[in-house]
Amino acid sequence: MLAVENLHVFRGDRHVLRALSFELAAGCCLRVTGVNGAGKTTLLRALCGLVEAEEGVLRWRGVETSRSAPGYHAELAYLGHDAPLKADLSGRENIRYAVGLRRVLDREAVSRALERVGATAFAERPVRSLSAGQRRRIAFAALWLCGATLWLLDEPNTNLDTQGQELVAGLIEEQLRAGGLVVAAVHQDLHLTAGRRMDLVIPGGR
Amino acid sequence: MNRSLPPSSWPVAGRLVLERDLRLAFRRPGQLLQPLAFFAVITLLFPLALTPELERLREVAPGVLWISALLSSLLALDFLFRDDAQDGTLEQFALSGQSLTLLLFAKTVAHWLLTGLPLAVMAPLLGVALGVPLQALPGILAALALGTATLSLVGAIGAGLTLGARRGGVLLSLLTLPLAVPILIFGARATELAIKGAGYAGPMYLLAALAVLGLTLAPLAAAAAVRIGLE
Repeated sequence: MLAVENLHVFRGDRHVLRALSFELAAGCCLRVTGVNGAGKTTLLRALCGLVEAEEGVLRWRGVETSRSAPGYHAELAYLGHDAPLKADLSGRENIRYAVGLRRVLDREAVSRALERVGATAFAERPVRSLSAGQRRRIAFAALWLCGATLWLLDEPNTNLDTQGQELVAGLIEEQLRAGGLVVAAVHQDLHLTAGRRMDLVIPGGR
Repeated sequence: MNRSLPPSSWPVAGRLVLERDLRLAFRRPGQLLQPLAFFAVITLLFPLALTPELERLREVAPGVLWISALLSSLLALDFLFRDDAQDGTLEQFALSGQSLTLLLFAKTVAHWLLTGLPLAVMAPLLGVALGVPLQALPGILAALALGTATLSLVGAIGAGLTLGARRGGVLLSLLTLPLAVPILIFGARATELAIKGAGYAGPMYLLAALAVLGLTLAPLAAAAAVRIGLE
């Protein structure tokens, strides 16, 4: 479903990604590994179109993503290093405003998502008073709720305790079972027990 | 996975962004009051520096009000996209599948409601302190409301362009002020005519024309600028 051909990306004058190609089918998880500075984040940002590729073709469902960016974006969700949350809003409000751009939500749907990630207890508190791991859980509730087919995750396990990491594994497995795709940049193992997995190692770190 | 939920239409998305920005602003009222306090202080410095005679103050009142309003809205413009850029919200906007132009336009509308409109409402009160006759106050309010709306629209382009700059505040002012010159000219002229009790429809039409121009072109330019800033 997602096909990358001969991708070249520069950051400044650094040639970070060189001739990267892969193909990812529905229900498959791609683990991207590499040393710090190898370009894992750059790859994810290039996949969602936030970083312009110097060369190469990106296809989603057989169509070049640059030709139908809004349609492609509506099907993908990107979760970076830091959860994109507003510190002055509560977790519930954050989800309502972020996911509401994509899906029509009611209160129950948000509550279900909060329950799924074990965030019900602190969902009404302003995000500024939450710990990094709790923020991460709120961000995952939003991800789960937005119903995107393609998940692009940057270090999904950062700041999460063991239970949190199991939760992330569970969410990813659920996504794969439903025919979704996951691209995750990771250092540690994702502890997946089900679903098809592929590995991509980005060489270097120049 | 919740593919069962129906997708949001663009009016819903725009309204959500507007509502979110208004709610955020009222969680931090201090940031909201700063430009207004700045406006009041600058305007009230002029009688101290120039003259306490109301006759002479009345003559300079249009210029004083407009320049103070311009500087105050520039001060507020820096907040327009900065917070959202820092916490990654703008990235999520760009990836939401909704039109970035629409979402940023909703933000700009919220920004005008929170800064431009209060400035316009406050201007007549400060006008009284400068010896402006009461019958001129509706004209001042209307001219400033229209002028600040255009300024928010034009300023959004500058705010987008300076996202990548580390300390973009001064750069933002330098970029936006030249573009604000036509607004200043026609706005001050309308205010002057209103104070003299003459008909001020002419410059108001030109202000409205600028607002329409800003309304049609500025959101597109702002979206393009923000996209560059996100790289």
